[in-house]
Amino acid sequence: MNNLPYLSLLILLPLLGSLVVFALPAALGAVRVKTVGMFVSIAVFVLFVFAALQFETGTSDEFQLVESYSWITTFGVNWAVGIDGLGLVMLGLVSILVPVVMLAAWQDVAEDAVGKFFGLVLLLQSVVIAVFVATDLFMFYIFFELMLIPMYFLIGRYGNGDRRKAAVKFLIFSLLGGLILLAGVITVWVQSLRLTGVGTFDLQFLSTLGLDLQSQRWLFVAFFIAFAIKAPLVPVHSWLPDAAQSATPAVAVLLIGILDKVGTYAMLRFLLPLFPDASVELAPVALTLATLSIFYGAVMAIGSKDIKRLMAYISISHFGFIVLGIFAFTTQGISGAMFYMFSHGLSTAALFLAAGYLIQRTGSSEISMHAGAFQVTPLLAGLVLFGALSSVALPGLASFIAEFTVLLGTFARYPLLAGIATLGIVVAAVYALWLYQRTMTGHPSDAVSKIKDVTGREVVALSPIIALTIALGFVPQPAFDLLNPTSEKVMQQVSQVDPEALIEEGNE
Amino acid sequence: MSNLITLEKIDAALSSQVATGAFSNIWLLIALPLLGALVLLLGGNRTNSFGPFLAVLLPIASFGFAVYLWLELLALPSDARSQNQVLFDWINIGSFQVPFGLQLDPLSMSFVLLITGVGSLIHIYSLGYMDHDPGKRRFFGYLNLFVAAMLLLVLADNYLLLYVGWEGVGLASYLLIGYYQHKPSAATAAKKAFVVNRVGDVGLSIAIMLMFFAFHTVTFAGISEKAEQGSATILFLIGVFLLIGAAGKSAQVPLQSWLLDAMEGPTPVSALIHAATMVTAGVYLIVRSNAIYDLSAGAQNAVIVVGIITLLAGAIIGMAKDDIKKALAASTMSQIGYMVLAAGLGPIGYVYAIMHLLTHGFFKAGMFLGAGSVMHAMNDEVDMRKYGALRKVMLVTFATFFVGYLAILGVPPFAGFYSKDLIIEAAFDRSLIAGIATLLGAGITAFYMSRLVLMTFFSNKRWEDDAHPHESPLSMTAPMVILAVGSVASGFLFTFNDSLKKWLAPVTGYQTPEPPIAIPILIAMTLTTVAIGVGIAIALYRKEVARVAPINVSIFTKAARRDLYGDAINENVFMRPGQQVVSATKNIDNSVVEGFVRFVSRLILGMSNVVRTSQTGYTRNYALAMLLGVALMLVLAAIVRL
Repeated sequence: MNNLPYLSLLILLPLLGSLVVFALPAALGAVRVKTVGMFVSIAVFVLFVFAALQFETGTSDEFQLVESYSWITTFGVNWAVGIDGLGLVMLGLVSILVPVVMLAAWQDVAEDAVGKFFGLVLLLQSVVIAVFVATDLFMFYIFFELMLIPMYFLIGRYGNGDRRKAAVKFLIFSLLGGLILLAGVITVWVQSLRLTGVGTFDLQFLSTLGLDLQSQRWLFVAFFIAFAIKAPLVPVHSWLPDAAQSATPAVAVLLIGILDKVGTYAMLRFLLPLFPDASVELAPVALTLATLSIFYGAVMAIGSKDIKRLMAYISISHFGFIVLGIFAFTTQGISGAMFYMFSHGLSTAALFLAAGYLIQRTGSSEISMHAGAFQVTPLLAGLVLFGALSSVALPGLASFIAEFTVLLGTFARYPLLAGIATLGIVVAAVYALWLYQRTMTGHPSDAVSKIKDVTGREVVALSPIIALTIALGFVPQPAFDLLNPTSEKVMQQVSQVDPEALIEEGNE
Repeated sequence: MSNLITLEKIDAALSSQVATGAFSNIWLLIALPLLGALVLLLGGNRTNSFGPFLAVLLPIASFGFAVYLWLELLALPSDARSQNQVLFDWINIGSFQVPFGLQLDPLSMSFVLLITGVGSLIHIYSLGYMDHDPGKRRFFGYLNLFVAAMLLLVLADNYLLLYVGWEGVGLASYLLIGYYQHKPSAATAAKKAFVVNRVGDVGLSIAIMLMFFAFHTVTFAGISEKAEQGSATILFLIGVFLLIGAAGKSAQVPLQSWLLDAMEGPTPVSALIHAATMVTAGVYLIVRSNAIYDLSAGAQNAVIVVGIITLLAGAIIGMAKDDIKKALAASTMSQIGYMVLAAGLGPIGYVYAIMHLLTHGFFKAGMFLGAGSVMHAMNDEVDMRKYGALRKVMLVTFATFFVGYLAILGVPPFAGFYSKDLIIEAAFDRSLIAGIATLLGAGITAFYMSRLVLMTFFSNKRWEDDAHPHESPLSMTAPMVILAVGSVASGFLFTFNDSLKKWLAPVTGYQTPEPPIAIPILIAMTLTTVAIGVGIAIALYRKEVARVAPINVSIFTKAARRDLYGDAINENVFMRPGQQVVSATKNIDNSVVEGFVRFVSRLILGMSNVVRTSQTGYTRNYALAMLLGVALMLVLAAIVRL
């Protein structure tokens, strides 16, 4: 089994699965259709496990499980895939979250539409996996744009409220980013042709291109805008709260937990290696926007009247932390940021799905409609509290390891900035615990008083998330063993070294 | 006034040993109560029947093992009493290397015995106190979680792992303050406690980051070794940020405001978490960081100032409270102020800080349990103006409470006499102001505690009509009796043959204080001050106490009743401006950010309308515009290429 094209299979399996689910006749019955979809997503997870077993930790910072096939020869486009530790971790996130989300959303969609819903989820999974394994810039771009299609329909068709408008807004922002990215991608190709005589999109080749600083600057800006919209950072964030509010909680998890990660992932995978000098030079801009996002998102979360909107703003705050870690250019900051990307997927799932259980029961995501749910549904309250605490980055949970390593890594280079960002943990406690207080404590409101507590299925869906969140809080090192080589590689690519301890500096 | 301070300095070189034998099972101390928490909280209603009993047995088992480990430690030479057990590598990223390591040394051992000992007693007490509560499984689960987290806090061998325990106890505290979830006041108090503690956590976080920044290590051993190389500024900053962390957890000014509200939790919680153990974690943190503070007089002074302000503020607030639990909570704040002050004095104070912490653990936990017993008897009434003359009907509660009262007053030979007097002596050694503050504090303490005892157990009967007070069951009185014994004997035992000093000095170092006033005179001064405080209270509250608090009182009383305006300050300085920031940000988001988005979308729409006159739906228009845009970009790219 050593020579299987694992990564291509990981793209194809959910794609084929989605086609099968689309094709299944509705007469088969919703349960059977859903079971097939679930089965495919579990098969993808199993395949991921096999792929992960092939991955060798810590031996090399090169891409592994590589495959390369010629795709569009005229422009030197290859179907080139490969993963490093970061890629593996992102694949793990996708493979875990999709079955979880499917199980949690088991009853979310009307019976006659459920086939298309599950099919779209699998299609999205296939495309996102392709994004995370592509080592060809053009292939990455293609799938980067393709992600929009299933997500557009997932929001626009299955959401609620102003879902069409939100879906369009999502599409416009993403297309705008994609457009700028496309211009950038083409320019990079053109530059490679001009500098080396070879027009290529091969990532490793391109990262040795040695672009002049001026070109790097322009290209950095183009790529950064595209990825910042995806992540999203303030001030190009405004599509996310609308989209999350209109999407079902399960779709919101796919959107925020997975799709948005592409933004920060691509910064590490493409932005920094391709434009290292501009990345270092313009890092202060990124760091400023990151810090702004941390507080802007947190403050807006406090002011939100809608549960899903609130959670979307929390994520904007968290993306700020991720970008902060990336652009601090320390091993701790970058490893922490990558760990954060994974743990944020978990905490998003924990909070969104648990709160989603409540929203689905009361039929409203307005905070003011809910109160005292603890009295009626103590188990549900417990799950929401766990999600809230995970968002707060409570020590003992994975999110703490992520947030602290990001802050520590940032502190090593920018003590003042990190010190300011650390104040974010106070605001986090306010938005998360206030949400819990308003919805769960006190006397039950009318909307809440008649609902039933969570079912076994709903608990099972969340239990792997909870288990992983706690396990990685206490034993994060296996993940860091995967991620550290990647952060060391990135540090080399941008020619940065970790700051020395203050007491050692004089001795140098 | 720091003349002639150096007499003896016990060698503080305590070399860390790799744990073997019994010490390789240090983790069991934590695992036992953690197991209880997991079984009770994950097991659900299935564990309702046996859960509470399991939850009581596990901390007792942990205590038994702790005693065994203590005896093993005592058998070792004093320089070998630091046992280090690294369970696994926790976080390794580049030069940031943090082990998941536990460290058992005399300082952490003292805490382990306090936590598991007093903790077990309070678990037993809770069996009686929470007997009729339908959610008691959850209660006991949280309580076990607390014990496990607190043990992790004191057993961690580095600051980051300490932080996990630190936040774990904060979580347990949050859950238990808000235990009565249907009460909005409890939910608000719980959130407040967590948020204020988070402010402290910012301090602790930054302190840890500063340690890494300066020394590239966050282990206690690493910091002790490298601290001397640190610059004065770095050491001062680390000390101050650690102090902010300590102030949050230990309810020291300016982060004190949560503790009085925290009395919303069930009374056993107030006894265990908000009196005997968790709130003393700040003192632990400062004493544990002695390597930093010993090198920074500036940081020490900051600690002393916070201690002085808090010990006086707490005592003043305590004078005006009619709620028995809030009066005791104010007292806790004040007593921890003493400990913090002592910890700020350096090697002359560390041992006394811990000594007072331990004796306080006995007498304050005992008095809280006594207060719970009174509430239990009085239909959960907490207003002392509805008490009175209870000594006749609750003899055991009264007797044990009175022992605790004598202990906190510092009446010889009760425990507080030893521990508090030593702090007063050490404070006079450092500065006259600190000394006078501690002396004054002792007098105020005597007043408010006498007031509390008089209003509750003496004076006229002011019960509600439906109150039928009775003595509590044995499961509640037995722990009170045991704690009372501790309140009598512990001070003597700790000072006999300098036992605690010799035990702790290898960790903390020790110097004998030499106050400028002869010690017998100081003791006499202290006792006189205490006697004055008691005397005033007797004069005011011996016979008649009004059932309703008087309204026409001095501005001082008004200020004390409102916790010296702590909440008012928080509200005006943080909450209101915070709300304004929230609404201003929302406005900006709506007008500037969304406005720009609306502008751009109109622009695109307008452009697409020019190109395509028929309107068939927004999406297509946008997509078309995008397509045109792509084409335009390709053209531009081609031009640039030229």
